[in-house]
Amino acid sequence: MTCWETIGAYAFRSLGYGERLLPRSDFTLCQQFTLIGSGMIWNVYYGVLALAFGFVFAISLALAKNARPAVLRKPAEWFVFVFRGSPLFIQFFLAYFLFQALKQVSPVFDPLTSAALGALIVLFLNTAAYSGEIFLGALRSVPAGDIDAADAYGMTGWTRFRRVLFPTMLRLGWPAYTNEAIFLFHATTLVFFSGFPAWQQKGDALYYARYFADKTFNPFIPYPIVAFYFVLLTLAVIGLFGWINARLNRHLPQEQRRRIRVRPQLIR
Amino acid sequence: MFSYCTDPSTLDGLAWLSCYLTTGKQFLFYTSFGTVLVLLFITAPVALAFGFGGAIAARSRIAPLRWIGKTYIAMVRGVPDIVYFMFFVIALDQGLEWLRHKWKCPDWDAPIRQGSDFLVCAEAKLPLSSSPQIWHEIYNFSLAVFTFGIVFGAFSANVLYGAMRAVPHAQIETAEAYGMSPRQSFWRVLVPQMWMYALPGLSNLWMILIKATPLLFLLGVEDIVYWARELGGTANPRFTAYPHGDWRLWYFLALLVFYLLFTRLSEVVLARITRRLSHGQAVLGGAQRETAA
Repeated sequence: MTCWETIGAYAFRSLGYGERLLPRSDFTLCQQFTLIGSGMIWNVYYGVLALAFGFVFAISLALAKNARPAVLRKPAEWFVFVFRGSPLFIQFFLAYFLFQALKQVSPVFDPLTSAALGALIVLFLNTAAYSGEIFLGALRSVPAGDIDAADAYGMTGWTRFRRVLFPTMLRLGWPAYTNEAIFLFHATTLVFFSGFPAWQQKGDALYYARYFADKTFNPFIPYPIVAFYFVLLTLAVIGLFGWINARLNRHLPQEQRRRIRVRPQLIR
Repeated sequence: MFSYCTDPSTLDGLAWLSCYLTTGKQFLFYTSFGTVLVLLFITAPVALAFGFGGAIAARSRIAPLRWIGKTYIAMVRGVPDIVYFMFFVIALDQGLEWLRHKWKCPDWDAPIRQGSDFLVCAEAKLPLSSSPQIWHEIYNFSLAVFTFGIVFGAFSANVLYGAMRAVPHAQIETAEAYGMSPRQSFWRVLVPQMWMYALPGLSNLWMILIKATPLLFLLGVEDIVYWARELGGTANPRFTAYPHGDWRLWYFLALLVFYLLFTRLSEVVLARITRRLSHGQAVLGGAQRETAA
């Protein structure tokens, strides 16, 4: 089997297309690169969707936590406390068993026990809690002068939020949010190690890397391949978020712009 | 445990539960919480030592040493930590066995990697296949501790490196003006002052470390996750005196509550330490924490 044939057979294996059986012996570098790369599809899927949905929810959480009525504030506070105070690994397990229990109640909940949906929900809630806290911090550090200026123009409520608070909050919170996005992508590797089963060996990058490491008993090839893919993914995230950051700050003089610094502090 | 527990099938309600929760297997579950705490309290200083070494290396004047230090600090940025966990546990094991193999069986000429096998001579196995079970467990646990130490060492190296750079440069200049050698000014001026700057980052790291402990399960240690899965699964009346359905949901709920309480407690204690340490310091503990988060 040449390398092109291998790529043809395994490039979309993680989605269930192509060759059904995984290679069992005489593993080539090409096979490992292709299959692990195929697994990256899932990591990107979880990361992108959880971030997209999580962003909206996170901003609602930040606003709710900042609100005065306890009806809004308390639930948001508890939500953030539970998801930030416990390990993501345990959350995955708990959610999986919860979804299984729900499945007994009604077949409507069937799709929840699959990794594609169930794990996505957990990641979505988790990232919303973490980024909600980031945006809350940003919301509270919006300069008082900006709000005074908005008041002076007679802006209130929704207009004031959309024109003044929201853009500034996004701008201030963006470097930390970039960090959160990077570590969310890293956290997606936990999915298939925490209860959620990989149907027909359709797994993510680390799932295939572990498959190869178990079969060849040689960790020195598959894990560096995963590392390579993740470095690329991280660079892509930094590039995209850096571009957005530059756009958010484009009205500021050059020296006042906030640079994005990667701080490995937000792992769950 | 209790005298009325001799025939559990006759019991119900609270009496049954009190017997169920005090069986031998349940006690293994309870002691595994100890395993997690032991791991935490061994790993934290190990990681701090690795981090200190890494930060010093990254500041070194010797270029190769500096590159090593900077690479070590950068290593956790782009790649998920769990990849390192899975990698180091096997890699360390194989590395140690390979070294012992070279030392104990110098006249062994067959290659170590044969197809999908890793073969070393019987004397080089770690732990020896003749040693009792307890040594296997201790060996696994130490590998896990070492792995955690390496990965979290990289995180703490990052924090300490930043903290060393945060100490005002005038302090070092003053030390030099007093005639201190670089070594003296490092140990007498820089190190005592850097802790205040490092504390917010280190507190954060402690929380991350707590939340990383369930990963012990993936490293093959019988920790709380292992026992929660084991005990929570459906218990068949043929094999146990305490049959029950699938209770894993409740077991993991208990773990969740344990972690919530633990992180909450740590948060309160760390906040108190920060306040105590920033007492009388020119640095605002609170303001410092805001910027580091």
